[in-house]
Amino acid sequence: MKAFTYERARTPAEAAAGAAGNAGAKFIAGGTNLLDLMKLEIETPTHLIDVNGLALDKIEATPDGGLRIGALVRNTDLAADTRIRRDYALLSRALLAGASGQLRNRATTAGNLLQRTRCPYFYDTDQPCNKRLPGSGCAAIGGYSRPHAIVGVSDACIAAHPSDMAVAMRALDATIETVRPDGSTRRIAIGEFYRLPGKTPHVENVLVRGELITAVTLPPPPGGTHVYTKVRDRASYAFALVAVGAIVQRDGTGRVALGGVAPQPWRVEAADAELANGAAAATRRLLADAKTTRDNAFKATLVQRALDAALAQARSAS
Amino acid sequence: MKFDQPATTNPIDRLAVVGHPVDRIDGPLKTTGTAPYAYERHDVAPNQAYGYVIGAAIAKGRIASIDTSAAKRAPGVLAIVTAANAGKLGKGKRNTAPLIGGPAIAHYHQAVALVVAETFEQARAAAKLVRVDYVRAGGAYDLAAAQSSAVKPKEEKPDTAVGDFAGAFAAAPVRIDATYTTPDQSHAMMEPHASIAAWDGDKLTLWTSNQMIDWGRGDLAATLGIPKDNVRIVSSYVGGGFGGKLFVRADALLAALGARAAGRPVKVALTRPLMFNNTTHRPATIQRIRIGADRDGRIVAIGHESWSGDLPGGGPEVAVQQTRLLYGGANRMTAMRLATLDLPEGNAMRAPGEAPGLMALEIAVDEMAEKLGLDPVEFRIRNDTQVDPEKPSRPFSQRRFVECLRTGAERFGWSARKKPGQMRDGRWLVGLGVAAAFRNNLLTKSAARVRLDPQGVVTVETDMTDIGTGSYTIIAQTAAEMLGVPLANVVVRLGDSAFPVSCGSGGQWGANNATSGVYAACIKLREAIAAALGMSADAEFSGGHVSAGDRSVPLSQAAGEQGLVAEDAIEYGDLDKRFQQSTFGAHFVEVGVDAATGEVRVRRMLAVCAAGRILNPKSARSQVIGAMTMGVGAALMENLAVDVRRGFFVNHDLAGYEVPVHADIPHQEVVFLDETDPVSSPMKAKGVGELGICGVGAAVANAICNATGVRVRDYPITLDKLLAKLPAAV
Repeated sequence: MKAFTYERARTPAEAAAGAAGNAGAKFIAGGTNLLDLMKLEIETPTHLIDVNGLALDKIEATPDGGLRIGALVRNTDLAADTRIRRDYALLSRALLAGASGQLRNRATTAGNLLQRTRCPYFYDTDQPCNKRLPGSGCAAIGGYSRPHAIVGVSDACIAAHPSDMAVAMRALDATIETVRPDGSTRRIAIGEFYRLPGKTPHVENVLVRGELITAVTLPPPPGGTHVYTKVRDRASYAFALVAVGAIVQRDGTGRVALGGVAPQPWRVEAADAELANGAAAATRRLLADAKTTRDNAFKATLVQRALDAALAQARSAS
Repeated sequence: MKFDQPATTNPIDRLAVVGHPVDRIDGPLKTTGTAPYAYERHDVAPNQAYGYVIGAAIAKGRIASIDTSAAKRAPGVLAIVTAANAGKLGKGKRNTAPLIGGPAIAHYHQAVALVVAETFEQARAAAKLVRVDYVRAGGAYDLAAAQSSAVKPKEEKPDTAVGDFAGAFAAAPVRIDATYTTPDQSHAMMEPHASIAAWDGDKLTLWTSNQMIDWGRGDLAATLGIPKDNVRIVSSYVGGGFGGKLFVRADALLAALGARAAGRPVKVALTRPLMFNNTTHRPATIQRIRIGADRDGRIVAIGHESWSGDLPGGGPEVAVQQTRLLYGGANRMTAMRLATLDLPEGNAMRAPGEAPGLMALEIAVDEMAEKLGLDPVEFRIRNDTQVDPEKPSRPFSQRRFVECLRTGAERFGWSARKKPGQMRDGRWLVGLGVAAAFRNNLLTKSAARVRLDPQGVVTVETDMTDIGTGSYTIIAQTAAEMLGVPLANVVVRLGDSAFPVSCGSGGQWGANNATSGVYAACIKLREAIAAALGMSADAEFSGGHVSAGDRSVPLSQAAGEQGLVAEDAIEYGDLDKRFQQSTFGAHFVEVGVDAATGEVRVRRMLAVCAAGRILNPKSARSQVIGAMTMGVGAALMENLAVDVRRGFFVNHDLAGYEVPVHADIPHQEVVFLDETDPVSSPMKAKGVGELGICGVGAAVANAICNATGVRVRDYPITLDKLLAKLPAAV
């Protein structure tokens, strides 16, 4: 870990302005990912701006009937909130499928969206990795790639996004609210928040330097039956091989987002349109441009089977 | 004490303390966090500095140059040790590759430098400033690719052959010939390798985490080029070893070198990401098994070949070991072949040989039963042998394998098992599986010292270790039984090379041999006590008194003002040559397989063990359920992923190398058959800590096959190997 300076921000705008003026600055909230990465010198901030005191820890109703979730709401609190459990069960289930109780107690809503990949080569500073060290190459391509992404990948990077929560947020059409260094705010639809790796896998989202997430808003409850199926090698405390987040209405229509298969929570509008026609039809759309390796080709089959099971579960519950 | 005739009745048979499920005497220390592990020995040497190990960034080649100048200038840095400045170093006979590399690099993450600083954070930060330039060399990293180049290892017995295997196999009416693979696995124990070293002149004391104190002492002295007597090793508590701490590793050597360079005590722990490639692992195997049987299900030919790889100078995974002894059959062959691989060092991990060997053999036996149309339990019973099948004049000292199978089948409800793919519980495909457990009982010299003080307190000292197994407790039980005192009056001190040399912890030999050594020392102390009191040698020790005839004296009085001390060792004659001594068991497992996703979850487990006298049913059960858990890991998830281009284990942390968590493990039941084995030792006990893992993997695999009809021969059995063959409909 490199030595760093530290300050506690008093307002979101002040935090954003402070971060913009310092190229080595990073925000820290729960720190469940950042601190580990700093110990390994994968992240090497020279200055940390602690945002824990910004009072962004409330869940409030919005005028249109949705919810506004403060950036600092801890994963445990979000999953346990009665409004979330009643109206956005997908989010609660996805959260509880992730990490461990201790980590969820600490991890925040915004931090969860921004967590880095778990590609093992990204974690080994003795190995090339375009995401960690742009231009150094990708060791996962042609190497051990069982946990890696099969859609949205590029020749520079096949790392998968590890979040469960983000899959639910994607299916729920969440919007991310930010404050920029000049004090202005903006709202970013989650579908436009993440960037595919392309030639620049180190750039993972559309945030500009210093821009701070202040909240995530959910539109009015979508109704339907919510199913979150997380498939993994052990029963708990493991990242998804494939995760399926589905919201299915009585008539069989609905939406679906995937985890474990792409550099970002994965949703394809054309797949939603096919959902009523069954898992095979929807999977064809979801994985239309899949690029698998020998190690992770099974994920394509697994997506369809997991989606099929999720739809069956939704039918039997409705 | 020489043990060369089967034991007769002795004081242990009273079972006043031994054989009872008493709590661990070190339990309160463990549960309150006050048992000091190696890295926490802040008290033992003042002014400790911190060392941080740098691992090689290449798998094979050499260091062209190391630039430490920036690191030396970093805050708090006291010294930097490399092979270039460490002075002449030897190599311990139990280390395959040097513990510090340079200029030659033997494997990925082989230590190349230690940075010593005032704080851990300073050492870690400075380590990142060390610039190492390497020249890569090509290496061999892929066992399957290297299989054809494998040679006969310099083992005592790489090959065995009895009768005419080829002829009998060819003529057998029912045959299987199948190949199985097991992956590289990591011990993944909770406590990392850690050491504190302090020099006093030319004398070194090392507080470390190690299973085998005397081996470590010898190897560390040999590496440093100093007399063994100048090294003291202390390892009072060990947070798991599983074979990964049988040997001194880089933390120990580098702490010693760092302390010498810095001129003050230095502590070093291996970071988790370093452990997977820096230390040892269980090597992958490719195993071919051929079994031929007559139509009645009697084996007429059995052959087992195994291929594994290791660094030059290393050894094979002895995966054929159990096949020489487990089932009858007149025509037999086994063979082991060893390929040179430039991966990190392969070595012992819990039940080396039998654990991966049974993972293959016990699937093959299941497949054979299926071909014969026999129940797998019945097929095993039909092929039991009471003698060493390679040398029929040599009986087993005790073998109740059949009883394990029958007891287990009865208790588990085995008769409810259906044909493959026919049991269902909602989305879950349900199946039952069985496998044999088998592990040899190894006899090794073990010494102890026992002291009686004027307060009547008995203190046992031996360099035996407790690696979470319960050694402290069973040793205390043994001394309490022998001297007729309550457990509370016994103090046990372990893991210090200042104490008599024990068997150490490994190969499931610890419990039987270490307590037998304590037994021997206690016999001597009893004689000294009787002599001091002028009593005959057959005096009774019970209730805190020594009694002979109508005279009874409190033990405390016998000690005199100085106390009495006795030291002895158990040494063995040829009973293990005249008799084959092994432990037996049967594992029963029920699994559910998610019909949609192929996820496997274990629903029930039962182990029935026949392993001689069980010294403490509570700690023995704890050993067996821990081993069963490890067996589930081996069956379903544990796999060191090899990058065959770059030559290293990629998933080198506990996020990538998955072991079972609580949610993976259902209720586990363990049954110990009530038995004693007087041929083994005066304790009439055998080992059990490794028996518990032997066969578990295959029992899970067989249960998966019973649930799904899908036979997977490559471990771990992850869902990707099942998916394509599962029924289409959910």
